[in-house]
Order: sequence, then structure tokens, then C-alpha cells
Amino acid sequence: MSLPKYLHEVRQQIEAYARGFGLDFFDTLFEVLDYQKMNEVAAYGGFPTRYPHWRFGMEYEGLTKGHRYGLQNIYEMVINNNPAFAYLLEGNSLVEQKLVMAHVFAHVDFFKNNYYFSKTNRKMIDSMANHATRVRRHVDRYGQERVESFVDVCLSLDNLIDPHSPFIQRRSQPRRTEPEVDTDDSGVVKLRAKPYMDRYINPPEFLQEQRRRRDKGEEQRVRKIPEEPQRDVLLFLLEHAPLEGWERDVLEIVRDEAYYFAPQAQTKILNEGWASYWHSRIMNEKAMDTSEFIDYASAAAGVLETRTGRLNPYKLGVELLHYIRDRWDRGRFGKDWEDCDDFETRGRWDKRLGLGMQKIFEVRKLYNDVTFIDEFFTEDFCREQRFFSFGWNERAGSWEIQSREFQKVKRKLLFSLTNFGHPFIYVEDANFDNRGELLLRHQHEGMDLRIDQARDTLCNLERVWRRPVNLHSRVDGKGKMLRFDGRDHSEKTADYPAK
Amino acid sequence: MSQKIDQDHRRFKDIVRGRIKQNLRKYITQGEMIGKKGKDMVSIPLPQIDIPHFRFGSRSTGGVGKGEGEVGDPLGGDEEGPGSGRAGDQPGEHLKEVEVSLDELAQILGEELQLPRIRPRGREQIVAKRDHYSGIRQSGPESLRHFKRTFKQALRRQIAMGAYNPDRPVIIPIREDRRYRSWKTEPMPQSNAVIIYCMDVSGSMGDEQKEIVRIESFWIDTWLRSQYRGLESRYVIHDATAKEVDRDTFFRTRESGGTMISSAYKLCAKIIERDYPPAEWNIYPFHFSDGDNWSVDDTVACVELLRDKILPVSNLFCYGQVESPYGSGQFIKDLQEHFGDDESLVTSEIKGKEAIVESIRAFLGKGR
Repeated sequence: MSLPKYLHEVRQQIEAYARGFGLDFFDTLFEVLDYQKMNEVAAYGGFPTRYPHWRFGMEYEGLTKGHRYGLQNIYEMVINNNPAFAYLLEGNSLVEQKLVMAHVFAHVDFFKNNYYFSKTNRKMIDSMANHATRVRRHVDRYGQERVESFVDVCLSLDNLIDPHSPFIQRRSQPRRTEPEVDTDDSGVVKLRAKPYMDRYINPPEFLQEQRRRRDKGEEQRVRKIPEEPQRDVLLFLLEHAPLEGWERDVLEIVRDEAYYFAPQAQTKILNEGWASYWHSRIMNEKAMDTSEFIDYASAAAGVLETRTGRLNPYKLGVELLHYIRDRWDRGRFGKDWEDCDDFETRGRWDKRLGLGMQKIFEVRKLYNDVTFIDEFFTEDFCREQRFFSFGWNERAGSWEIQSREFQKVKRKLLFSLTNFGHPFIYVEDANFDNRGELLLRHQHEGMDLRIDQARDTLCNLERVWRRPVNLHSRVDGKGKMLRFDGRDHSEKTADYPAK
Repeated sequence: MSQKIDQDHRRFKDIVRGRIKQNLRKYITQGEMIGKKGKDMVSIPLPQIDIPHFRFGSRSTGGVGKGEGEVGDPLGGDEEGPGSGRAGDQPGEHLKEVEVSLDELAQILGEELQLPRIRPRGREQIVAKRDHYSGIRQSGPESLRHFKRTFKQALRRQIAMGAYNPDRPVIIPIREDRRYRSWKTEPMPQSNAVIIYCMDVSGSMGDEQKEIVRIESFWIDTWLRSQYRGLESRYVIHDATAKEVDRDTFFRTRESGGTMISSAYKLCAKIIERDYPPAEWNIYPFHFSDGDNWSVDDTVACVELLRDKILPVSNLFCYGQVESPYGSGQFIKDLQEHFGDDESLVTSEIKGKEAIVESIRAFLGKGR
């Protein structure tokens, strides 16, 4: 359904306000959907078409039930794509639609300008549709059961990616230049030399020595695979696992999509904060009719609602942004500010610099959640906002507040954001024990893995690798090697050097 | 409207149904996960298939929240944890739980276990009378005077008479203006039911056994409640003697001593006789025990009580035997021997939490 006339006008208006504030976004296409369609699209992660898989049905069921019981309403949905696509829920009030539009434009601005999104596929709508076609073709050829089970296997591994890899050259490119070494007729390695220089550069004694070395310890030169521990386990499997063509294709699709969604998980607090910040400014300063005030307040309150003991990323983000703006407006940064420990001076501190706006635009460009929190979640902020950390109390059998100490709270918050709260897992060796077994290593950062799930995941990994798989980790302070050989799980102690 | 998602949705449902016993068991057995919220609401987990990942256990992580509270204060929250740092409401967020009314829950239960709807026994279509206010009339007791309508009437009259002055809007009702609420009495068909839970609390019934009883009674209660408008529950505990207790005590008490099941049946029969004339009530006695009765004589007494007093007036008598390391578990065999072909008596062995689902199906699957 294209945008009805009245919404189209509102849209033009809001877009003009947003641009007026300096937001810079892709062209954005809005569509109005009824709630069924909305739930469908939401179940597909915002995309109109995805490959067939039951988990979308599961999402759909959850959303539909949530809707039916009136617990949950999707306010906004927008896809990082150029042009961006966004959806409006049919039957929302005009003020809600305005709010959503304002929110959406800010998101699109974020997609377009934030560094972590810079490598994402901006034609993802098309790619997703292509993925769907490819998977459907495999289904037609190999049967739903088989393909779907393999998708399950891949999804079980889809957090084993390296979100930073789009930005870094992890491996040197294969060398294009001629190799530095050469071999003689019997295969002994010698230095490269023009024929007339050969006997000077590779004198007989040298060749003798080389031959001796080769005979003695050739295996020393067998390259380890991978040479360095590799975090992009999925890529490793794509390159090295004995997959059939269609399996490789499915794995590639799952990996592509995981990379596409990764920046959204990396910047959730900041992105939502940014969008909430702008919807409230656009609404409050420009777009809201006085008569809409109550409706707006209620809708906005819904977005920013915080239940005690829970963290609402929208709210945390927007409050940090306000806080940053205020600090930079008043010049509360830099060495002088950091060094000042006089309570009263700090309270009165106002250099009237007015740099706040500039600063938050810079933040939206360069930061992700981890760096955002690390830099701006200060002790003052933590105290004012009454943050605490919580944990499970085994004895009482309940969750309880553990600490209000700034360092502890921040540590916990950062921890939950680092690698999206997932463990760091590396491929260590593809020829473990010299038996073609796969060895993964969990880089233990103080928290154990869930062993039951780790076992099931190993099963899935074995399905891909087709040889026994091993996971090296630490459980209850002891080094452990978990192994699955295709039939049985086993577990033995293994040295796990503390870092 | 047909949608693209339908295919995936159907697929998901098929998978859940295929694994439904597993899944349902999961949340039935973890009794605590079905949190009662308020009077008629419970929260149930949505069927959710969790694809395994390398991930941390939630209890080892904890998280960050904000708000009031001292260090050491417990947070409200459930097994899932009070939402970690990543919890948010992005579109498409997973709701792992929904709150549903007990009715809805019963419906789900009925659907999943394919329970038949209960056919109330023909004779107890009793009729109760209910008054409700449905109209207005000109006379009545002052306590039922309808002020708004009275003043409206007065206003109307004053305007008609030209006695109303908008600048000085004074309205004075006179006697003829007064309006009163009136009521109608309507007959309401109604079927009543009572569940009488009896539990063996002798020394051999441990906490685990009691938890099984508790979970099972919750589901039975929920189901029967959805089938009958007025459902009453009575609780009887017994060891060598029986007494009636409230719900709380029922699930908590642990006595010691021997087991005379007949004492409970006697009391049960007495309760029925005194309070629940079978013509008006659907009667469901449930008895949970580990099946280790004191003596053969007592078992004979039980059988007589059942045959003469209880079964004739009950819709269904259910005997659930939980497994206990101490008991002989003989009683269920005795019952089966005596009442093997009697439709109104059902027995079920509940070996562990996993067996609860089957047991509920055995008890309620008859539609009686």
C-alpha cells in the first residue's frame, strides 16, 4: 500500500524538519502495513522476502500472540538499505506516525553515516531476495528437510564471525610476486638466482646443508592451518570444510546475513538513542500540534519506559546523548575538567562553548556501543541515573542487586556489549592431533560457556566438518577439552594456560 | 489473507507439534515458570525452539539495570533473568513469555493434550437466579435513585415549561422527575463442580512427590475451571487419620506416620454428603498417594467406601500414584483389580515429572 495523501504530506514535512536539523539520510520509502503484514515483515527481520525457515514462523507466532494479548506493538521498523525502507502501522494515530517517521529518518541518517555501517551491503533487500531464491532452489532439488536441517546447523554457528573483519586486512594477500625460493631438480630448496650466478649464490655446501635439513625434519615446514587463530569460523569452514556445493551456498548466505546484521547489534544503544533523541526534538520543536501533546507524550513514554531492573537501550542511549550535548555545550571536558575535583567549581562549570551539537554528530559518526559507553558512561552519569549491576544469587535463588560501584557497573555493562555478549571462539587447528580434527578455542574471559549448548553446537560443527571436533575451554577454573566424534561426546581435562 | 509467512508458520507449528510433548513437558514440569500474575493471569512461555550456540550461561553473566534498591535487594524477575544489557524492544524482539488468562491456558492445554470438553452430567443443569439492573422506572426505593436521569428529566421539564434560565442554570427536580433503577431477575443455567483433593502425607511422601502433586493439581484445576463456571476445591490430607485443610497447608504439610487411606475416603464421602448433593454438583475426587497402605483390611475398607459411597456420586474418581522409594505401590494394583472396568475410576502412575502430562491426559481424557 503506498502512502495515502495525508501521510505523504506529513512525511514531506517531517523530512524537511529532519534535514533542517542537519540529518543526512538516504532516500526513504515508507509503506503502510496492517498489523498482520507488519508482523510478517517484522518476523522476517524487516525484509519483505527471506528464505524459507521455521524460525521466521516462530517469530511470527510470538509477535502475533504478543499483539493479540495487547502486550506488544511494533512502533517502527526500518531497513538499512539504499533507498531505505520503513514501515508504518495502519491504524496508528497521526501523532504516532509522525513520531515514527522522525525516528526512522534519524535511523537512516545513522545507517548512512556511522562508520560501522560503512561496509554493509546497501542493496540488502535485493540480496535477501536472491538468498531466498537460492535456498528455494536447493529446497526444490534436495528437499525441505535436508536443506532446513542444514540451515539449522549453520544458524547454530552464526555467532562465530569476526565483526571487525570488514575493516581490517587480517591476512596478507596471497603473494603475487615470484617466490623468493626455488628448488633444484631433486626438490631441494635453494635461493632464486639467475643461472650464471647460481653456483655463487647456492654453493654446493649450502645445497648439501639444505638437503640434510629436508631429510631430517620436513614436517617442521608443514604449514599449520590456520597459521594464526582465526575468529571468522564461518569463513574458515567455507574455505576448508568438505561441503557440497549447495551446503557451501547455504553457509555463505547465513554468513552474509550475519555480517549484515552485526553492525546493528554493535550500535544498538547509540542508534536507538540517536533516533529517540531526534524524534523528540523534531516532535517537540517542530512537528507537534499542541492538541497532540498528550498522545505524543504517551507514545514517547512507551518507547522510553524503563521497568526497574531493566535496561532500555533507547533510554540509555538518549540520556547519554543529552548528557554529552550538555557537557560539550558547557565545556565540561578536557584536561581542566578531568583534573578539577572541586565539587562546587564543577557544579558551576560553564564555558558556554556550545559544542554539544557538533559533538553528538561526531559521536554518531565514529562510535559504536562499546566505545560510546566506554568513553561517556562516567561516574557522574552512573550515579545520577542510579545504575546498578545485578547477578544471580545461588543461595537465595533469585536475581539481586550486586553493586552500585561505578567501576563494577561499567565493567559489567561493557562486558555485556563486548562481542554482543557472545564468547570469543577461534579456530586453532584444522589438523588437530594430526588426524584432521578441528580444534576451536574459547578465549576465556572469566565466564564459562553453557556446556549443554556447547555440546549441541559441537554436534552441528561436526556436521559441517565431517570429522571429530574439539573445543578447548575452561570450566569451573579447570581446562577442559570437549570433543564430539560424530557419535559420542567426551570430555577430558586439558591445560588451559591463564592469560 | 494468505501470507508468505504462513508456510514458515505452519512449518514451525508442525515442528512444535512433533516435539510438542517435549516442549509442553518442559514448561509443565518447571512449575515455577508458570507464574501466577494477579488473579486470573498467568504468564506462559511461548513455544520457542532455541538453536544452540556457543554462549554463556545467563546466571554467570548477570547484567546492568537502573532504579531504586539497595545492594542485595532481590530483583523481580523470572528464570529468564531480568533482561540483560542487551534486552531491548527492537522490532521483532523475542517475547519469551506471554501473559494469558487461565481460560486461554486451559484452552491451550486442552488443545495440546487433545482433551475432550467435559459433558456435564445431564441432571445437574441447575438453574440459579441472578438479578441485574437493566432499566429505569418512575418509582422505587430512594437508594436506587438514578441522579443523572432524574436531573435530566427535571431539565427537560423545566425547558418545556420555560422555567430554565441558561444564565442561571438552576435545576430543581420535583417528585415526578425522579427516576429509579429497575432490575430483572434472570434464570442462569449453571453447572457447579467440586474437586476434592486428597493427599497422602505420610512419612514416605517427600518434597519431590509433593511437587508433582502440586503441579498436577494446578493443571487439573485450570482445566476444570475452564469447563465449569463455579468450581470449588476442597483439600484433604491424611496419614493414619484424615483432616480437611486449606490449600496452603495441603501443599506444605509433611506428617509422619502410617497410612490409612480409608480415613481419607471416609472424610471425602462425608464432605460430599454434607455439602455437595450430587444432583447439583459435578464431583471430582482426586487422590494422590504413594500406594503404600497400612493393611489389607484397610484396603478392603477403601474399596467398599469407593463402591458404595464415592463412585456412585462422582463424575470421575482419579487416583494418582507417585513413585516413592519406600512404598510398595500395592494400592494401585488393588484398585485396578477391583474397578478395572469401571469408567468412573481412573488410575495413573506418575513416575516422575515427565509423567505428569500423560497422567493428566489419563485423568481428563475421558471427557467426564
